[in-house]
Amino acid sequence: MKANFKYNLIWLIVMIAGFYLINTLILVGVIDSFIANMLVTIGINIILATGLNLIIGFAGQFSLGHAGFMAIGAYATAIVTQTASSPVGFYASIFIGIIVSIIAALIVGIPTLRLRGDYLAIATMGASEIIRIIINNLKMTGGAAGMFNIPQFADWPTVYIMVCLTTIIIVNFIHSRAGRAVKSVREDEIAAEAMGINITKWKLAAFVLGASTAAVAGSLHASYLQTIAPNDFGIMESISILIIVVLGGVGSITGTFVAAVVLGVLDTVLQNFGALRMVIYAIALVMIMIFKPSGLLGTWEFSVKRLFSRSKRKERVES
Amino acid sequence: MQTFFQQIINGLSLGSIYALLALGYTMVYGIIKLINFAHGDIYMLGAFWGYYVINVWHFNFISALLSAMLVGAASGVIIEYFAYRPLRHSPRITALITAIGVSFLLENGMSYLFTSNTRDFPQIIKQVNYHLGGVQISNIQILILATSCILMILLQLIIKKTKMGRAMRAVSVDADAAELVGININWTISFTFALGSSLAGAAGVLIGLYYNSIDPLMGMTPGIKAFVAAVLGGIGSVPGASVGGFIIGILETFVQSIGLSAYKDAVVYFVLIVILLILPAGIFGKNTKEKV
Repeated sequence: MKANFKYNLIWLIVMIAGFYLINTLILVGVIDSFIANMLVTIGINIILATGLNLIIGFAGQFSLGHAGFMAIGAYATAIVTQTASSPVGFYASIFIGIIVSIIAALIVGIPTLRLRGDYLAIATMGASEIIRIIINNLKMTGGAAGMFNIPQFADWPTVYIMVCLTTIIIVNFIHSRAGRAVKSVREDEIAAEAMGINITKWKLAAFVLGASTAAVAGSLHASYLQTIAPNDFGIMESISILIIVVLGGVGSITGTFVAAVVLGVLDTVLQNFGALRMVIYAIALVMIMIFKPSGLLGTWEFSVKRLFSRSKRKERVES
Repeated sequence: MQTFFQQIINGLSLGSIYALLALGYTMVYGIIKLINFAHGDIYMLGAFWGYYVINVWHFNFISALLSAMLVGAASGVIIEYFAYRPLRHSPRITALITAIGVSFLLENGMSYLFTSNTRDFPQIIKQVNYHLGGVQISNIQILILATSCILMILLQLIIKKTKMGRAMRAVSVDADAAELVGININWTISFTFALGSSLAGAAGVLIGLYYNSIDPLMGMTPGIKAFVAAVLGGIGSVPGASVGGFIIGILETFVQSIGLSAYKDAVVYFVLIVILLILPAGIFGKNTKEKV
C-alpha cells in the first residue's frame, strides 16, 4: 500500500486534473453540448469495454453477452427512478441494477462457464438474447416500445466519476492476488488447477465483476439518454463493445480507453457523411484489423510506475 | 395430429434454409476456425442477385439459382482473399472482428447502393397448394426441400468422394501436415469458401421465393440462427449442421404454433444452452479429451 502510494497519488491527481480540464473547457465553451454528448458516450463505452476486457482479455472467457447485463442496469434505473425520482433513487437504482445483474451473471455463468471458446461465446450470446426477449415481453418494462421520460440524473461529471471508479476497481482486481489467479486460468486451466486454483470460482468472479460494471454503464446510459428500448441491447450492442475491446488490444485496459476514444471520435466525425457513415466505419475496422492484428496497443499497458523506474534507470546510467 | 404434420412441413422448409446456411458456417469453421459473420450477408447478396436477374434478364428459376450460387461463391472467395487471408496467423478474435467488419460493409454498402427498402421478390413459380390428408404443402415448399436436399447430398459427395474434398478434410485436421504432403492450402481454403458461399447464395434465392420480400439487412438474423444451428449440431461437422438447421427450423415453427411467437428466439437459445450443457461440443461434435 505504502510502496505504491506515490503512484496512486499521481493517478488521483491525473483524474482530478482531467475533471477540471473538461470542466473548464465546458465553461469556456470549447466543448459544446454536441462534444459533451460524445464524451459521455465514450465514457459509457469505456465502462462497458473495460468490464468485457476483464472477462475476455484477462480471464480468457469469450463472452458475447455483455449487452444483456447492460440492459438489466438500464431497466433497473428506468423503473426505479420513475417512482423515486431523486438522486438518491438514481444511486439506489444503480445498486439494484448491480445486484440483479450479479444474480443474472451467476445464473448464466455457473452452468455456461465450463464451455470453451466459441461455444461459450454463443451460449452467453443466447443468454443475453433471452434477457432481452424477456424484457421485451414484460409489462413492467414497457414491452418493445421501451421506456421514455426517464429522469436525467447522469450528467457528464457522474459518468466521469463512474468511469474512474469502475476502472480503479477493475485495475486493482487485475493487479491483486485474484487477478493473478484469473490470469493463470487464462494461460492454462489445467496447470492453474494443479496449483490449487479453483478455476470455476475465478472465472465466475471475473464474469460477475464484468457484468456488474456493465450494469452501471447501463444505468448511466438509461439516465443520460432518457429513452431505452429492448432493441438497444441486442447482439449488435454486444458486438460493438467487443469491437472496442479487440481494437484496443485484448488484455490492455489502456488500449480499451484509446479504442473507445478513437471510435467515439470517428463516429462523431462520420455523422457528416450520412449514409456512407457505416460503410467508412466498416472499411476502417477491416483495415485496422488487417494492418494491426493485435489491436491498436496490443497488450501494452501504460504504467506510471514503469515510467518512473525507467527515468530513474536512465539517471543512473548517465551518472 | 394434422396441425402437427403441418408444422413439421413448415418447420422442414424453414429448417432447410437454416441448414444450407449452417453448412457454410460449419465448413469454414472446420477449416480455419473462423466464425464467418459475413456468411449471412452472402445469402443476402444471393437473394439480391436472384431479384436482379429474374427482373432484368428474365432468368428462369434454375438459371437464377445456379447463377446466384456462382455469385455467392465468387463473393465468398473474394472476401476470403482480401479480408481473411492476411489474418490467417493472427489471433482468432481479430479475424472474427474482421468478419464482423466485412458483414457491416456488405450490409451498409448494399443499403447505400440500393436503399434499405424492402423489395418484392418476383414470383417466377406460381404457388400451388397440394392437400395430402389434410396437410397443406405448397410446390415452393417442396422445391425448397428438394433443392436443399440435393445440394446437401452433392456437398456430402464432394467432401467424401473427390480429391478436393479429401484435401479439405486433411486441412481441417492438420493444416501444416496437409501442406507437407503437397496440398495447396490457399487453394483448398478458397474452395471451401466457394462451396459454403454458393450454398448461401442458393439459400438466398430460395428464401426470396418463400417469403417473397428481400432487404439489405435480411442476412443478419438468419445468419445468427444458422450459426446457432451449426453450433447445435457440433461446429465443424457437416451432418451436424444439417441436423441442427432442421432442429432450429422445426423448433421455431412449433413454438410459434403454440402461440408463443414472442418467445420464439428465447426458446431456441434456451434449447441451445441446454444442449451445450449436456453435450459441450454439440450433437455431432467430437469431444476431444483433455491432455496435459
